[in-house]
Amino acid sequence: MTVALSSREIASQLSSKFPGAIEAAGNDSVLVKSDSLVQVAAYLKDTDGLKFAYLNYITAVDYYSYFEVVYQLTSLEHNRSVILKTRCYGRDNPSVPSVTSLWQGADFQEREIYDLFGIKFEGHPNLKRIFLWDGFPGYPLRKDWNQ
Amino acid sequence: MTTTQEMTLNTEPFVVNIGPVHPSTHGVFRMRCKLDGEVVIDIEPVFGYLHRGIEKLAEERTYTGFIPLTDRLDYISPMSNNLGYCLAVEKLAGIKVPERAEYIRVIMAELQRLANHCVAVGSMLNDAGAYFTPFMYTFRERERIIDLFDMVCGQRLTYNYMRIGGVSQDIPAEFLPALEKVVKRLTKFLKEYERLLKQNEILLARAKGVGILSKELAINCGISGPVARASGIKWDLRKADPYSIYDRFEFDIPTGENGDCYDRYRVRIEEMTQSLRIIEQASKQIPGGPIKADLPHIIYPPAGEVYAHIEAPKGELGFYIVSDNSIAPYRCHVRPTSLINLAALRQMVKGWKIADLILIFGSIDITMGEVDR
Repeated sequence: MTVALSSREIASQLSSKFPGAIEAAGNDSVLVKSDSLVQVAAYLKDTDGLKFAYLNYITAVDYYSYFEVVYQLTSLEHNRSVILKTRCYGRDNPSVPSVTSLWQGADFQEREIYDLFGIKFEGHPNLKRIFLWDGFPGYPLRKDWNQ
Repeated sequence: MTTTQEMTLNTEPFVVNIGPVHPSTHGVFRMRCKLDGEVVIDIEPVFGYLHRGIEKLAEERTYTGFIPLTDRLDYISPMSNNLGYCLAVEKLAGIKVPERAEYIRVIMAELQRLANHCVAVGSMLNDAGAYFTPFMYTFRERERIIDLFDMVCGQRLTYNYMRIGGVSQDIPAEFLPALEKVVKRLTKFLKEYERLLKQNEILLARAKGVGILSKELAINCGISGPVARASGIKWDLRKADPYSIYDRFEFDIPTGENGDCYDRYRVRIEEMTQSLRIIEQASKQIPGGPIKADLPHIIYPPAGEVYAHIEAPKGELGFYIVSDNSIAPYRCHVRPTSLINLAALRQMVKGWKIADLILIFGSIDITMGEVDR
């Protein structure tokens, strides 16, 4: 059984390593400040005993006042999983750092989020629309998008 | 005066589009290929020709009303999509599924895996140039499985069979005897197919050592399912994170060693044998009783979020649902197995010839309905 690692346990471990990087720890997820996302993810990916080397998926949710980007990581070695979240504010130019330098599998998924939510991923090597054509008006998965 | 240098033809790389409408791209998929003669230098996959905005449509439907749309994600294996989605909503709302329904679901999901691998293996061999003979054999057998689905839900392709809390209707009395016949038939067929292809010299020459995907790259790209297992990753959600009642059955996880096209073919064939084992056990143990939990027609799951995943025939299929306690999901994200499995395609095809590109792409087994959604 894949054990969802207690997010409070992992959050305390992370906040001692990266002071100020962890905003909150919910029941099943850790909320990370977006500017330290890549360091935190790299730590989770490469540290012995954690080894969250497998990125299950990336997705985003529009909560009107902010966008939340969700990353689920799994450690195939220890059969454990953890959910990382980060938030970006503002509707004109929201952005979070890209994790493509850590996971090649993030490439298409970040492009999808950029296409449908308009969230920019800084450091993405090829950030352009993936499903819709260039010039498509707006970002359809945003809650205020009108058909 | 002509020197040797002047005699040589000047070549330069050129770009060719394969697809979006091409029989070997398994749907409306386009690859912009940069070629040097016949050798692939680089490719760029282009998506979006089948984008229907299914995730947006989910936000305008009731939880039950989204089930028919899941059929249209990976339309080669709709039963698995139904199962993945229903499990996610049940996890979110804390619904317990009756025993009989669990068994029916497992039987359907495994039949679906058999049907999917019939298509996957058949069309991969088609792509290898074994034009339509192996394909027709597998399609003949898939037809028998589709007959079974037809018997339980009256549909041949988009089943819309599972419901939140169970399945839509009970299996008819003639189903289990018919299932037994199909299992016997498929067991015999797999032996025949193995004799035809396992040591086939042409298949070995075309597929062995071609399109190698290393274990490290597969993990880094988030690749799952038979493609990952062929690269030696012993990871199957039915064992690693058992959902439904998979912990009650005995089966093995076949893996490959080299991660080449031949291994991906072998893993699928061996998985079919394992699926038959699960179906045999499940059809013996299936209890009586209700087939659906007693639920209101419209459910309002409590506010919160959930991620549930299953081992679909193509890999990890997951649904990430955010609920705000209203009639429809606030957000419903589908983890697209097929899209993520394409993440390593570029490295897999570099340096191979066009004919190999088609085979390598075919061996990944994708459906555009799930890539574009």
